[in-house]
Amino acid sequence: MNKTMSLEISLEALIAGDRAEFARLVDAYSSPIYRLGLRMLGTPQDAEDVLQNTFINVLTHLSTFEGRSSLSTWLYRIAANEALMLIRKKKPEVNMDEAQAGENDEDLLPTQFMDWSALPEDELLSGEGKKTLDSAIETLPESMRIVFLLRDVEGLSIKETADALGLTETNIKTRLLRARMFLREQLSAYYGERITREE
Amino acid sequence: MTDHAHTNCEELLFSLSAYIDGELNPELCQELEKHLAGCDNCRIVLNTTRRTIDLVHAPIEKLDVPEDVRERLFKRLNLDDYLSRKP
Repeated sequence: MNKTMSLEISLEALIAGDRAEFARLVDAYSSPIYRLGLRMLGTPQDAEDVLQNTFINVLTHLSTFEGRSSLSTWLYRIAANEALMLIRKKKPEVNMDEAQAGENDEDLLPTQFMDWSALPEDELLSGEGKKTLDSAIETLPESMRIVFLLRDVEGLSIKETADALGLTETNIKTRLLRARMFLREQLSAYYGERITREE
Repeated sequence: MTDHAHTNCEELLFSLSAYIDGELNPELCQELEKHLAGCDNCRIVLNTTRRTIDLVHAPIEKLDVPEDVRERLFKRLNLDDYLSRKP
């Protein structure tokens, strides 16, 4: 998805100052960047700040973009930095380093073994189900959440996620595994209880 | 994950995410699939992890930028002339 989008945008035209092309770029990436801001910060106002600051930065630095990563990855890098900077400003107590992402392997071990995977999607995402998913994502530590959002929600590859966040691919894989296991555990507790109740 | 004879559930758990992404090397992939064939709990963990990822891809999760937010963004970037063009 991201590669296709970036291929449709002409970097040459952008650097030459083509306003119509820049408007196309803004439209192509506004929604994923807004969603990222909303999921990271939690309020529409903060998401809008992330969105505006991202594109102001893009506009300011476009002439220095060297093309070492794709345009899409570069945009996500700026957006992720904006979101993380705003989090640091609003919640200075949040620690974004690896330690906060949890290094204890025991935290990873599953405790829920009810198989809810065959439940239909509309049932899984109706009412309380969606709330459970949303609040589970909100509960993820920021350092894991941003990896999960870029990789699993917005569909960046492991390499693109690593490039966007300035982390190694191994680090991304570790954080992603922890995030996925954490969310699975939360959803399993909720759906497992529902299945048991209905039986 | 203790109600069966296998002892390598925990070890293979670390490969689960890479397996889902299709990024596991063939040898480990084979080992994991062999294990999954005989381990109900690990199979459940795999299926429910896959389903968890599917759910965040559901259309309901794909919120678009609200129109008023788009409008303010375009104005801030001096792109007012292009506002009427549909994305």
